[in-house]
Amino acid sequence: MAYATGLRCRKCGQEYPLQPIRVCDFCLSPVEVIYDYKAMARGLTRRKISEGPISMWRYRDLLPVEGEDIIDIGTGFTPLVKADNLGRKLGLDKLYIKNDCLNPSYSFKDRAVSVAVTRAREFGFDTVACASTGNLAASVAAHAAKANMKAYVFVPANVEPGKLVGVAIYNPNLVTVDGSYDDVNRLCADVAQRYNWGFININLRPYYAEGSKTLGFEVAEQLGWQPPDCVVAPAASGLLFTRIWKGLQELSTLKLMGPVNTHMYLTQASGSSPIVHAFEVGTLHVHPVTPKTMVTSIAIGNPADGYYALMVARQSGGGASSATDGEAIEGMKLLAQTEGIFAEAAGGVVIAGLKKLASAGVIKRDQLTVAFITGAGPRTQEIVKDIVHTYNVRPDLKSFNQVLGPTGLK
Amino acid sequence: MAKRQVMFTFPRKLIKEPIIYQLSRKFEIVTNIRRADVSEDRGWVVLELEGGDKEIDAGIAWVKEEGVRVDPVVGDIIEG
Repeated sequence: MAYATGLRCRKCGQEYPLQPIRVCDFCLSPVEVIYDYKAMARGLTRRKISEGPISMWRYRDLLPVEGEDIIDIGTGFTPLVKADNLGRKLGLDKLYIKNDCLNPSYSFKDRAVSVAVTRAREFGFDTVACASTGNLAASVAAHAAKANMKAYVFVPANVEPGKLVGVAIYNPNLVTVDGSYDDVNRLCADVAQRYNWGFININLRPYYAEGSKTLGFEVAEQLGWQPPDCVVAPAASGLLFTRIWKGLQELSTLKLMGPVNTHMYLTQASGSSPIVHAFEVGTLHVHPVTPKTMVTSIAIGNPADGYYALMVARQSGGGASSATDGEAIEGMKLLAQTEGIFAEAAGGVVIAGLKKLASAGVIKRDQLTVAFITGAGPRTQEIVKDIVHTYNVRPDLKSFNQVLGPTGLK
Repeated sequence: MAKRQVMFTFPRKLIKEPIIYQLSRKFEIVTNIRRADVSEDRGWVVLELEGGDKEIDAGIAWVKEEGVRVDPVVGDIIEG
């Protein structure tokens, strides 16, 4: 059953039909999907959801799609792991990791893209596009392959070819653009205006955004239909952060769980932290910055949903924390070496932020805390390549014993 | 005629300068402000520019040279 009724401007409230549009015609602000929650509440129960597929599509009634033909590559319902080892290190008794590395293209983007590509096909597009060198590009290309649609992925020409292997394998049209990061942004905005394509994070952005709500739904369901006390999540454009919150709020609105008193904490890399900066200085406007960080998957200097992420952090009684590149790498190592989860650097930023919040006593020992790990490490493993230390032995037991035996190092 | 939707962010030193007025005087560009917030030390304006493609490109280049940061209104499009 489809309950989405239209789009509404998040600033001025102007409403629009469910169309592929990117911003409000009047005030040029983002638009978001609105739903008939009364009708939804009548048709939706915990039981109905739990009888659905073991994927993000068990929450289909809460997503803005209409037809039966879902473009699903097997996304969602990723593990929520009790992180006792990491919790002990950080002084947190009820710490959980939402491990969204385990999506088909190895990041949470599959959630958003699955909804966006499904909707793109419903709108009649035969082509989808995005600009990305990493997680989004791979996810769009993978979903386009599944949907038998054409895909265009725009990247700056100076990107290392190795970065594109995980995208090229799905055979999209890879377009390298001679120019700066800003030039690619500009070109994509122009292409989105002039070509009748579904541009994932431009004219499909309102639908793309909604897919990330499923992270909030899943965590609540996995906790026995309870919201966590604290959420720690990364913020790039800010979209994911706001949609985890929206997902929790919707379950409460629909009386599928009680009130949400979750404190929402966002984390950014220090070299690209405009939302954290706005939180710390107390402004309402997120001033754009030029990113300088190796944490490329969250290096967004002009975050489209920065203002809304800032509001969620403030209104929920949460906060914002940043981590240097070095702290992010330490966070990656800590997570891998305590919980066996190899996250990308954005996950390291989350763990570093969590560590700071816990050691400062902002997040208390007995608070049920969920840290969101949204992308896997192997795609950018070169950033931790110096971690490899080997023990060299000759192929005989004597040598092994000398190096690693009772008299050796270990 | 093309339309381009952009956000200008002004540093403190340019707050008192009539940059948008000059933009429409120096170039064949119609400027249409939709949202703005200007304080004594910083300011931003979301606006639509209408004109020939080359005029808009030249106008934006001039605004940047003056020290204004120019971004797409949809935020950064490139994602990780």
